[in-house]
Amino acid sequence: MSALPETPGTDAAVVVPETPRRRFLRRFTGPWANRFALLVLVLWFVAAVAAPWLAPHDPLVQDIDARRLAPFSDGHLLGTDTLGRDTFSRLLYGARVAGMAALISVGVGLAGGVVPALLAGLLRGWWDAVFSRIADALLSFPPLLLALAIVGVMGPNLTNAMLAIGIVFVPRFYRVVRAATLSVREETFIEASRSIGTPTHWILRKHVLPNVLSPLAVQISLAFGFAILAESSLSFLGLGVQPPDPSWGSMLSEGRAAWFYTPWPVIVPTVTVVLTVLACNVTGDGLSDSVGREKGRA
Amino acid sequence: MSTGVVARRTASMLGRRLLALIPLLAIVSLATFSLVFLIPGDPAHRIAGEGASEAQIEAVRSDLGLDQPAYQQFATFIGNLAQGDLGTSYTFRTPVWDMISARLPITVSLTLVAMVIALLIGIPTGVLAARRAGRWQDRVVTVGSTLGLATPNFVLGLLLTLVIGVKFQWLPATGYAEMSEGFGLWLKHLLLPGFALGIVAAAEIARQLRASLADVLRQDYVRTAVAKGMLPRSVVWKHGLKNALMPVVTVVGIQTGYLLGGTAVVETIFGIQGLGDFAVRAVMSGDLPAIQGMVVFAVLITVTASLLVDLTYGYLNPRGESQ
Repeated sequence: MSALPETPGTDAAVVVPETPRRRFLRRFTGPWANRFALLVLVLWFVAAVAAPWLAPHDPLVQDIDARRLAPFSDGHLLGTDTLGRDTFSRLLYGARVAGMAALISVGVGLAGGVVPALLAGLLRGWWDAVFSRIADALLSFPPLLLALAIVGVMGPNLTNAMLAIGIVFVPRFYRVVRAATLSVREETFIEASRSIGTPTHWILRKHVLPNVLSPLAVQISLAFGFAILAESSLSFLGLGVQPPDPSWGSMLSEGRAAWFYTPWPVIVPTVTVVLTVLACNVTGDGLSDSVGREKGRA
Repeated sequence: MSTGVVARRTASMLGRRLLALIPLLAIVSLATFSLVFLIPGDPAHRIAGEGASEAQIEAVRSDLGLDQPAYQQFATFIGNLAQGDLGTSYTFRTPVWDMISARLPITVSLTLVAMVIALLIGIPTGVLAARRAGRWQDRVVTVGSTLGLATPNFVLGLLLTLVIGVKFQWLPATGYAEMSEGFGLWLKHLLLPGFALGIVAAAEIARQLRASLADVLRQDYVRTAVAKGMLPRSVVWKHGLKNALMPVVTVVGIQTGYLLGGTAVVETIFGIQGLGDFAVRAVMSGDLPAIQGMVVFAVLITVTASLLVDLTYGYLNPRGESQ
């Protein structure tokens, strides 16, 4: 067939369809706040992973000759605290603690919440009734108080604090995944797949899980924010990281007595905690705006 | 619709909600009871505390019935709970319920002040952002509420007490005054902790109100009201706000639970001896009856708050079912 001459005017109407991945990236990286949040998260990740190599000093070593130094003095980028410990190094190791807390608690939450939710959403009936009642009951515990209670009985240390925060996440992940599963299961392609006898676990893995991922991703990034908040609160109260190990929360509680003479060991973790939680929340909001169908913002 | 129908519908909704509470409270009490199994090693040893003698540990064991089979322990726990007996705290050597009721007024005062501050900040800023949607006022409110949501209670509390309390001494840095010592003195002591506690709720309220009000203001009946010459201000407050208030009520209900958890941190910073401080002390010493009592009490408060929220829905939205 000979090539037809192109009709003028049609090439403008031919629009190459945007792949979902590209559309998501375009929408997510559009607002400057999202890009800023990503930058903060990357910095946090690098600090957490590479703390032992990046830290110029041992975060626990006390140097009596270098106490209460101001930032940029004598090899101490962010100064030192009242015991002469390097604030920058402690901050980096604190990033590590916060990162571990976020990863492990979210892992516990996912492990406990996702499978029951998929079962409840797909099979309904008794599964749904039982799991949903349990989730409702867990949701009626005030989150921080539930974490406190679990740490209280298991004993105050970082591992228990992370587990406790993870248990707080279980009913929240359950809810999101169950709701998403319920809406997916009504789709025709699931019905079609069932009608040809596809086993349930296959439907779950191949059809339901991919559709549940985007609301779950939103929830996970918000959970990261709450995990940092909870970990630093527990460590601030002395129920998470135990001294002398550094955490952003414990740095604040250790620094507050000497705040008038040495404000930096308080200011530095304050700014860091707020920025990191902010970045998690902004990423969560950005994700929820960027997935799914296009809709105008109010 | 007549008020009679609304009242009847509300009553039946309330009945269903109360019925649903039975399995919920059963699971909550089972979960709370099960905390004992999370104690690593010998529970009696942990509860009796460091350096307790063998006799003291044995006393704890028989006292709490830890030597009995689990189902019997649970039956005793439920039985006591039903009679309002929350057990006796080991650190304070006082019945847990007495501790809670003595400290309750303090924490209620604190959460009340926090919630009032949250509403006083959240509602006007939310309305402003919705009316000026897309303009700079909206941006400022959005950035402000995002920051508010990201600031942990203890960070804000610490900064407030150090800067305003200690440095400038405008307000008391720590402590609490009974209302009987004077309303002004009471309020003065609660302003800083109330602010530290309430700012997250304020941010959440502003965000939700902005979203729902901006939505309502685009509805046809709002355009009609403006077209017939109603002042924009009264359109917003009369037509807009009443219809946009439901998400705010939800937030207030949910935040009550968060505030209760937040008091643990804020009361510690400000040296206020309320329920939060009690919870932290109980947790520090592994005082199981006190921890369990606090948890049960907190759940009762949250459940009551969410019931009240549902009742408010019936008032705000007489046409519809509650969500």
